[in-house]
Amino acid sequence: MVTVVDAPRRTLPSIAAVCRTRAGVELKEFFRQRESVVFTLMFPVILLLVFGAVLDYDLGSGVSFTQYFMAGVIAAGILGASLQNMAIGIATERSDGTLKGLAGTPMPKSAYFVGKVVQVFVVTVALVAILLVIGVAFYGIDLPSGTDWLTFAWVAALGSAASTLLGIAVSSLARNGRSASATVTPVALVLQFISGVFFQFSQVPTWLQTVASIFPLKWMAQGLRSVFLPDALAASEPAGSWELGRVALVLGIWCVVGLALCVRTFTWQDRGNR
Amino acid sequence: MTRTPAATAPGDVRPATPLDPDAAISIRGLVKRYGESTAVAGLDLDIRRGEIFALLGPNGAGKTTTVEVLEGYRDRDGGDVRVLGVDPATGGRQWKADLGIVLQSGAGDSQLTCLELLRAQAAYFPDPRDPAEVLELVGLTEKAGSRGRTLSGGQRRRLDVALGIVGRPRLLFLDEPTTGFDPEARRQFWSLIRSLRDLGTTMLLTTHYLDEAEELADRVGVIARGRLVEVAVPAELGGRGQAPAVVQWTEDGVRRTAETATPTAFVRELAGRFPGEVPDLAVARPTLEDVYLRMIGESRE
Repeated sequence: MVTVVDAPRRTLPSIAAVCRTRAGVELKEFFRQRESVVFTLMFPVILLLVFGAVLDYDLGSGVSFTQYFMAGVIAAGILGASLQNMAIGIATERSDGTLKGLAGTPMPKSAYFVGKVVQVFVVTVALVAILLVIGVAFYGIDLPSGTDWLTFAWVAALGSAASTLLGIAVSSLARNGRSASATVTPVALVLQFISGVFFQFSQVPTWLQTVASIFPLKWMAQGLRSVFLPDALAASEPAGSWELGRVALVLGIWCVVGLALCVRTFTWQDRGNR
Repeated sequence: MTRTPAATAPGDVRPATPLDPDAAISIRGLVKRYGESTAVAGLDLDIRRGEIFALLGPNGAGKTTTVEVLEGYRDRDGGDVRVLGVDPATGGRQWKADLGIVLQSGAGDSQLTCLELLRAQAAYFPDPRDPAEVLELVGLTEKAGSRGRTLSGGQRRRLDVALGIVGRPRLLFLDEPTTGFDPEARRQFWSLIRSLRDLGTTMLLTTHYLDEAEELADRVGVIARGRLVEVAVPAELGGRGQAPAVVQWTEDGVRRTAETATPTAFVRELAGRFPGEVPDLAVARPTLEDVYLRMIGESRE
């Protein structure tokens, strides 16, 4: 009888190398797709241009609404680049078999998520940079100064992390990318209306303020207002202050909840095909 | 894990034999249920290294379920399984590096070009083939710079196969690989599969095309209602080798048919009755399709 001798074990590529590959794939997938670029990157830019041109009334203390809207549109943009982008993108990849294909290769599963995080990070940084440039160039937005940049960084990072995790979790609820878009887009739009993006949060009815306070967008927008508005305007917040501690707490809780949901719900195959 | 005794195990495998450690794939008493229904009901099979094995069967017979258990996509409810010596339920990255998988659904939509997709896929494997050479092998060199969604159905399927082989697999799973191919593309695909076999790749092929199974496979297995009905070389399946030949000819303006175990003698006798050519003479053995349909029909009763 012939004994089959196995070929010597071959050295697998390092996880870091595969993560680099996945990051490259994710960036190409995003920036080459017209829908995602228009939807995620251009939409907030258009909103800023339109709102900046139409609603430039004075909020008091010589601060224009555009300065207020800057914080809101950046928060909404981060939500789009993370929650909406992940929910739609991953639901699509799950329904068209991309995820199943990857699960059948020796790719470390973590590399897939690292690629997604890199995509969200690059898109978010690009979006914030574009919005700031337009704000400064066309609407005389005052850029944050000193430690405000630090607040900007942690609010954006924590909000983005919470929204990315939630988006990955939400992707499991949808049958495919289209149904994910149909579910997530209206929800995001409603949240934008009640979370102090398009209007001053203090003008939103109290019960809707309460609803908005459950979700991360309100806290991201509030944290970013502390960056873009003078501290004198903190008095017009419902709590009378920027509540940065509570911003960190709520966004942190959403990170934990989002992560738990991801771990429980994430699948590499379509439901009904398991 | 409890072994479920198989009711019948035709072919060369008996239920009591232990797993074959030298086989590329060794299955004993595989059971898989979905709720109340049993998709695979005690399946035994050994596939040798270097072999091309075709799994035939109607939709819903348990083909894809069986293959997906072997690929590590599905848990099983009973039985023992080894794929390249490893239990798929516990197979890690090192094990997956030896597999190539061409799924029925194919790869998804992508904004990447064919070459970029292959390069990314190659980067997951320890010892990949050169992506450009793989494109050449599947005849997509001209499409190297094209994005996946601009390809025709047959070209996409060839891209799926390219993605399946770029990792230099020792065992390649092909789930209905030529669906949507035109006859010429199918011929090209067959020669690709033969060249992979010459390189020593073991292949498990599921297909609805019996000519494809006959053309490529060293052995075929027919699966029906979750069990292997028979395993044989294509020419012997269902007693095909011993089946009577059917002789047809035209005599006195009437089409005539006769079944005979000795077609040569029969035709010689027939030739004596005609001055020249026997009109419309045809001698045929049952095709693989004939015996396959008979076996599937019997298992339904």
